[in-house]
Amino acid sequence: MELELRGITKRFPGVVANDDVNLHVRGGEVLALVGENGAGKSTLMNVLYGLYKADEGEILIDGVPQHFTSPRDAIAAGIGMVHQHFMLVPVFTVAENVVMGVEPTTLGGIKLDLATAREQVRTISEQYGMHLDPDALIEDMPVGLQQRVEIIKVLFRHAEIVVFDEPTAVLTPQEIDDFFVIVESLKADGKGIVFITHKLREAIKVADRIEVLRRGKTVGDSDPKTVKDTELAEMMVGRPVDLVVSKEQHEPGAVVLSLRDFTVRDPSGRLLVDHLNLEVRAGEIVGIAGVQGNGQTELIDALVGLRRVSDGTALLEGQDITTANPRDIHHHGVAHIPEDRQREGIVKDFDITENLALTGYYKPPLSKGVSIDWKAAHTRAEHLVEQFDIRTPSVDTGVGTLSGGNQQKVIVARELSRDLKLAIACQPTRGIDVGSIEYIHERIVALRNAGVAVLVVSTELDEVMALADRVVVMYRGRMVADLPRASTTHNEVGLYMAGAKESAA
Amino acid sequence: MTAATVDGNPAPSGPERSSPPKLIAFFDRMDAYNNVLLPLLAIVSALIVGALIIGVTDIDRIKDGDIGGILSTIKDAYLALPSGALGSLRGISETIVSATPLILAGLCFAVAARSGLFNIGATGQMFAGGMAAVWVGFSMNGPGIIQVPLALLAGIIAGGIWGGIVGLLKARTGAHEVITTIMTNYIAGLLTLWLLKTEAFQQPGKDNPISKTVSNEGRLPKLFFWNDDPSQPLRAHWGFLVALGGAVFMWWLFERSKIGFELRTFGSNADAARYAGMKPATLTTLAMFIAGGLAGLGGASQIIGTNFNATESFAGSIGFDAIAVALLGRNKPTGIVFAALLFGILEAGGRKMQLETDVPLDVVLVLRALIVLFIAAPALTKLIWRLKSEGSTSVLQFRGWGA
Amino acid sequence: MSTTQTTESVAVPSPLTFEEKRHARNLGIAYILLAGITSIFLTGHGGTATFNLDGGRSFGLPAQPLAWFVAASLAVVAGVQLWRGFGKWTNVVLAMASLLIFMSFLSWAAAGLEFSFIGMLASAVTFSTPLIFGACAGIMCERSGVVNIAIEGLLLNGAFTSAFVGSLASGWPGMGPKSGFWVGVVAAMITSALFAWLLAWLAIRFKVDQVIVGFFINFFVLGLTSFLSSRVLTENPDYNDTPTLGAWKIPLLERIPVLGQILFQQTVFVYGAYILVAVFTWFLFRTRWGLRTRAVGEHPRAADTLGVNVLRLRYRNVILAGAIAGFGGAWWTATLGRFNENITNGRGFIALAVVIVGRWHPVGALSAALLFGLFDSVADKLSLLNTGLPSEFIKMTPYLMTIVVVAGFVGRSRGPKAAGQPYESQ
Repeated sequence: MELELRGITKRFPGVVANDDVNLHVRGGEVLALVGENGAGKSTLMNVLYGLYKADEGEILIDGVPQHFTSPRDAIAAGIGMVHQHFMLVPVFTVAENVVMGVEPTTLGGIKLDLATAREQVRTISEQYGMHLDPDALIEDMPVGLQQRVEIIKVLFRHAEIVVFDEPTAVLTPQEIDDFFVIVESLKADGKGIVFITHKLREAIKVADRIEVLRRGKTVGDSDPKTVKDTELAEMMVGRPVDLVVSKEQHEPGAVVLSLRDFTVRDPSGRLLVDHLNLEVRAGEIVGIAGVQGNGQTELIDALVGLRRVSDGTALLEGQDITTANPRDIHHHGVAHIPEDRQREGIVKDFDITENLALTGYYKPPLSKGVSIDWKAAHTRAEHLVEQFDIRTPSVDTGVGTLSGGNQQKVIVARELSRDLKLAIACQPTRGIDVGSIEYIHERIVALRNAGVAVLVVSTELDEVMALADRVVVMYRGRMVADLPRASTTHNEVGLYMAGAKESAA
Repeated sequence: MTAATVDGNPAPSGPERSSPPKLIAFFDRMDAYNNVLLPLLAIVSALIVGALIIGVTDIDRIKDGDIGGILSTIKDAYLALPSGALGSLRGISETIVSATPLILAGLCFAVAARSGLFNIGATGQMFAGGMAAVWVGFSMNGPGIIQVPLALLAGIIAGGIWGGIVGLLKARTGAHEVITTIMTNYIAGLLTLWLLKTEAFQQPGKDNPISKTVSNEGRLPKLFFWNDDPSQPLRAHWGFLVALGGAVFMWWLFERSKIGFELRTFGSNADAARYAGMKPATLTTLAMFIAGGLAGLGGASQIIGTNFNATESFAGSIGFDAIAVALLGRNKPTGIVFAALLFGILEAGGRKMQLETDVPLDVVLVLRALIVLFIAAPALTKLIWRLKSEGSTSVLQFRGWGA
Repeated sequence: MSTTQTTESVAVPSPLTFEEKRHARNLGIAYILLAGITSIFLTGHGGTATFNLDGGRSFGLPAQPLAWFVAASLAVVAGVQLWRGFGKWTNVVLAMASLLIFMSFLSWAAAGLEFSFIGMLASAVTFSTPLIFGACAGIMCERSGVVNIAIEGLLLNGAFTSAFVGSLASGWPGMGPKSGFWVGVVAAMITSALFAWLLAWLAIRFKVDQVIVGFFINFFVLGLTSFLSSRVLTENPDYNDTPTLGAWKIPLLERIPVLGQILFQQTVFVYGAYILVAVFTWFLFRTRWGLRTRAVGEHPRAADTLGVNVLRLRYRNVILAGAIAGFGGAWWTATLGRFNENITNGRGFIALAVVIVGRWHPVGALSAALLFGLFDSVADKLSLLNTGLPSEFIKMTPYLMTIVVVAGFVGRSRGPKAAGQPYESQ
């Protein structure tokens, strides 16, 4: 079977997620689709799987145009998808998860024939060397095995083309090796594989062809046997064209934030942040680069008191803040621009005045005794709207009705408009317009020039490279690189991000 | 919320767009669409469906094919409602008597709802408050100026603790408040029944569970104090003022106070509250304490203002009706006062309707339920009235049974 | 399982999670408390309680020695529980301990008196019947992800419609009161299914919060049945008069000593409840429908990506649940032969608690319903005996128990994950 995507274009308001994308994959072939976060990989796959409708272009199977309106159509056409977030019912067994929707039955389609289901699952499992117990409960299984259940689900429905969306993101190195063995056996069986990833080393290792996607466009088709990972990184990241932040040299001052053996674990004891040592000085911007999900979120959450620190210490100007709560941290002169604006940063039902009071409402000048001085809050809000160039009809406007850029400016205004020692900005410009990006970047540089220590976390490499004085790379919870901006390059950092390289950081 | 929603906040009706801009601005500011138009349409829809139900069940006239008779019954019934409730001082007084506990219990639901909690425990919290108040009421014989506030305070504290337990359970163990409040309602009912049979509470010489009577000093003064016609007693009492005070308190709590701001933030976006350094466990307990306190106050004012002694059913269906009141009032204090008065009108007017027509008082229950339906399902109401859809905020979202 | 287990960043899992340890400890503390309560309160009465069985047989229990024995046993159980736990026997031990406390309590309350043991158990079975129907309806909805607070309203509608239509139908040509009654039952099932459809329609089509819709249905049915009852039934008493359903003794089985009288000399509704639980359990865990229902309640997106029509399944289940609740509501008519305003008096809310205490499992709900029924019947019987013991506290026990269960003090009752969440396909 041969799958071809021809001229796929998908637009969202304000963005072109896929721009004239062409792809094809044959049975018995592994195609790696690589690209940064936000390059349009997921959109493309959702188009293929019938979840989105493309604005232009067509999907062909063996040369015949297809019209997918739902995943059901895609499944029927022989396309299977292993989602990054598994679609498994945790309290069901392997066999139950696999057969759901196409259950073998007896008694005229009423009674579930679990014996047959088990046998079928066992057969497929053995055929591809997956060693799954059909009666095991999903919630008791490690992630690597859960992924195999997803694969069996796809095979059970006779998929000829299997799409893996970031399949290795949640796996341990050992599980990744096992996964590649399975991919090989699928390939040997004549299945076509689309392997979506941003990990170049893995793409080179497993793929027969590599397609690079950048800002919604296919920018190159390479042969993994000949291509170098540095070349791929350059194709993937592109050159830092449109992000220029003007900033003059600035000598960092004393150490403001100091992390020693800073460690965070999830409730089951898994390491999320692995003995991290980091110092941030006054008048310095430290950029934390890394692919989403390598411990950056947990690091910051633990630092600002939203998550428990398992081990190690955090010192702010020599003062221990390891166990401080968010209110204390705020009190100590730390600003926190949260990663997920909608979830944590704003309250959508509140107006601008209320949102601007969110972290300072409890003390003067915003409060008097047990009540809030809304008049003062209102005046301050009007002042901040002016100062931070928030485009809104009035400060009584609901924040939910503002554009993403203006919502972010509300957060920035709230967090940066006071005396600070340390500013932490997570994904400060995710999903906002260019004008707002420039403005927020200027603000961050101005803070640094004023002698504030700044920590910027971003999965956009361009952003980190544009802002930082020092670039730190996180990979699997560890800090794998600590590089002065002046003496590093996009490609070098990209390799660290992809786990292709590790310095003795 | 305001002018920023440019995609056509459909002002009350289309052709009036050219009316003075000041008026539009005024309607915009009070969010007239959601707070005035929608409730009005809900009431009208409910009255229409209610009329159908009255008509269809008029078996005798249907048998006779007496359509005109049916229509005039409906007309008489619906005219009796406002005239019974508002046509006389007596009617107004009865309307107020019915509305008073509904206001406080409605505030109880709304305070919790705006803090993100589904408190259906107003009944139990009223029992707790009422029993505390009745005990103060019959066991003390001091001057009213001390005894009445003391009874009300006892009601607030007892109701607050009864609600606070639910909040504490939720904060500490995640026990879902819908279940725990249903259970604490029954427990409160049974405890009340038991207390009413104990020597400490039971009226001497009675076999049935009924408490001793609140001393004359310990009663809330009458609202229409100038009325001294014994043949026409006007039962409305200062509990109404207390309830209005409760509404003002809720307004102050959510619009002015720090704690209210925290509760509101927690109710709208718990993650943002945590991020901003607020303490969810404390807020959950506190929200339920305040809510319970308001319902307890409602129970207390019912006892020392209207009933003067406690029975096993003094909280009656008020706790559940209050949910409807709060929904109709969109969880806002002013809305709740108006909604409770409307329910009071239905109740007081319903009695006249029952006397003058053959339509039973129970039709009021049907009307209330229908009003709740049309309020809770704005999309349905809009569909019926062919209005353009506009994002209207949902009152509250159930968050699963919790793990 | 896999030959290649992962190791790198996974901590060594302890055999018991933190929460399980806490539950084990809480259970141990609970045993100590119960031992204390038993030794302090239940040892106070001398004399022997006589429990009457059928056919003039009876057995006696000396209250004081029994209480001391029970207290001592509980102390031992508490020690073992805290020391190393009972493993898979935990629930069996808990059940045995509860039984001991229960018997000790009964003999304390009825010391020196005679007490119809069989009658108490038989009426527990009777009381539990509507709860079983209500709970099964609730489970059917919640297992597919719809929270149904409206069980009360659906039961009430069932009671009203079966009485009203049953009375009407018995006057139809060729119909007797008996067959008329069954026409009423069918009408009850259909109308309750319609109300359930309304619930599903408002919750799914208009995305009204499920708890609020449930409340609306409860309000509405209460209002409508009360209204119709005063407008139509009061004026036409003929419309509110059905035969009560007598016991239908099952040949042979009814003659089993003790059990026969408790279980096999009941009405068709009681047998119906047991058949329902058996059939429903089988369907829920052994059929395609059951698999899909459970999947839709836990992870609707997963079911959707596999081609299961989530919303259609929810509609079907909620409507079917309505029919079941309608049938359950007819129990009141069968028992009393008429309808009174608010006749269900909150039993639908108790059914909701039964769902939770029974952990969303039909058999669990059956046990919980029987337990709730038992507390009701004990309270009734003891108040007849004039023991001076406030029956309110006995009646309160199931509600306290429900709180203990939802608070997770002793084991956690976990509901379907997606219950209450509206589903939108992408």
